[in-house]
Amino acid sequence: MKKIEAIIKPFKLDAVKDALIAIGVFGLTVTEVRGYGRQRGHVETYRGLEYEVQFNSKIKIETVVPDGMSDQVVKAITTAARTGSIGDGKIFISTLEEVIRIRTGEEGVDAI
Amino acid sequence: MKRLKAIVTALIVLCTLFVSCASYADDAPVSDPSGASIGTAADVIGATAGAPTKEEFDTLSQSEPLAAKVADVVGHNRIAINMVWTLLCGFLVMFMQAGFALAETGFTRAKNAGHTMAMNMMIYGIGMLGYWICGFALQMGGVGGVLSLGGAGALANEFTVTIAGKDFGLFGTTGFFLSGDAYDAVIFSVFLFQMVFMDTTATIPTGSMAERWTFKSFVVYGFFISMFVYPLFANWVWGGGWLSALGKNFALGHGMADFAGSSVVHMTGGVAAAAGAIVLGPRLGKFKPDGTPVAMPGHHIPMAIAGCFILAFGWFGFNAGSTLAGGDLRIGVIATNTMLASASGAFFSMMYMWMRYGKPDVSMAANGLLAGLVAITAPCAFVNSVAAVGIGAVAGLLLCVSVLFVEQTLKIDDPVGAISVHGVNGAWGVLALGLFADGTYGDGLNGVAGTVKGLFYGDASQLMAQLTGMITNIVFVFVVMYVFFKLLDKVIPLRVDPELELEGLDQAEVAVSAYPDFNLKKAMK
Repeated sequence: MKKIEAIIKPFKLDAVKDALIAIGVFGLTVTEVRGYGRQRGHVETYRGLEYEVQFNSKIKIETVVPDGMSDQVVKAITTAARTGSIGDGKIFISTLEEVIRIRTGEEGVDAI
Repeated sequence: MKRLKAIVTALIVLCTLFVSCASYADDAPVSDPSGASIGTAADVIGATAGAPTKEEFDTLSQSEPLAAKVADVVGHNRIAINMVWTLLCGFLVMFMQAGFALAETGFTRAKNAGHTMAMNMMIYGIGMLGYWICGFALQMGGVGGVLSLGGAGALANEFTVTIAGKDFGLFGTTGFFLSGDAYDAVIFSVFLFQMVFMDTTATIPTGSMAERWTFKSFVVYGFFISMFVYPLFANWVWGGGWLSALGKNFALGHGMADFAGSSVVHMTGGVAAAAGAIVLGPRLGKFKPDGTPVAMPGHHIPMAIAGCFILAFGWFGFNAGSTLAGGDLRIGVIATNTMLASASGAFFSMMYMWMRYGKPDVSMAANGLLAGLVAITAPCAFVNSVAAVGIGAVAGLLLCVSVLFVEQTLKIDDPVGAISVHGVNGAWGVLALGLFADGTYGDGLNGVAGTVKGLFYGDASQLMAQLTGMITNIVFVFVVMYVFFKLLDKVIPLRVDPELELEGLDQAEVAVSAYPDFNLKKAMK
């Protein structure tokens, strides 16, 4: 099983969600996050003063899929979340040891 | 707490002294708590252009007794309309407290929202009690009656010093605790109306001193400004004091004229706000070590703008209500001038920011709206629409320049722009009256015959009276408030501990977090 986390632009959340549902990914966790990458922050103004917003607002999505689906999910996310401009975000993939469904006690792929 | 108790006791003793030395108005007119006998045929005389004169009345009432009785009722109704108008406008001004609370809280940070709200909420109660104790008496105790409300004759005792044959009224001495002769329907109405004006002043410094002020010292401040500072200057302009007599005594126009309080209310608040912000010092992290100001964005701009709209709404009561007469149809001009100035204030501050910084900064435009309102408050009754728009336009530009100057050059931290909105534009409003008053209104104001004319309409002496009043306000209010804050700081420190300031004042100072369900940014910026 793979855990796929992606940092995306907030306004791309709906498109990414739809793309994931279309390929059969049924679980998604969404978090509002702030942070910086190579883009660093950006500058805003308030009452004539410029100030640096060092942590940009992003959305983090997390999902868990069987090993074989990983590439398909990555393709779906990149297609849906890409604008081509700076700050489109990143995808992190890691191997997952175990998943347990709390209600039934199922484990592994069955619990996804 | 012991210190607090000592201070409160001292205040009470002081007030009792005032009361005991002021209960000597033996020959004052009978007061009327029920209001049934207020407003008589006498109030019909000279009420309109075609109203009967006193002579006509005396002769005709003999032959037509029924008409005389009807005239009594007409007089009562006339006064009733004026009193209802005055009270309704007072209610509108009271609602401005909500506007101030929202505007100030929106322009400050989330971690201090409960504290900022608490100051704006409690100044209403604290200020009102202080004003009831002695503020009203000092301000209005010597005004000598309010003609448009058909009474208040008991307010006839002004403490006056005579220098070189000229009388200088300093403060009134009737009406402490609204008791004795002051138990009168008209005087109570006047109290309500004047109280909400005072409260506007008292709440202005809570903006410039927000996010770092201890609540204890704020409470003492609330009593001090409502009992002494505001009432004294207000007496000099509105209570029959020496600034209003500059016309009679020194032939300076009609004396200091301030229709609804650009100086009495807004400058007093703005200058006190400046003194307070200077003594208190900037918020932690506001200025870098090299003095560069750091932006500390307000946490809720929609809240702030809603507050500004509530203020603009209340302002109709502020300005049009200051006729104290619904029967004075100049209210049409006054209300319209008021909104025109707010429009140009908002527009020109928006354009200034847009052209200088590339974006129409809506927080400055909202301040610009208020700046226009502050500036038109003194001249609203005396100018035409072109002047009103011009006064608002200058106010909008002046606001932007002043906010940047206060922050970048003077290095004073004023989170909501109170010094610029109320202080600077209050001064502009007072001067604007002396420039643009067009001679269509104000006949007999302050006991001087003729209408009020400014410099551009041929009376330079009116501008001199305005200048005198403006300088007096700056000097008097700044010195008194600066010294007061310095002394108070020795007894009850004004400034919260740095750790508290970083954490946010809500829990520690007022025991209520505005947003307990959210993780707030609690850092230097």
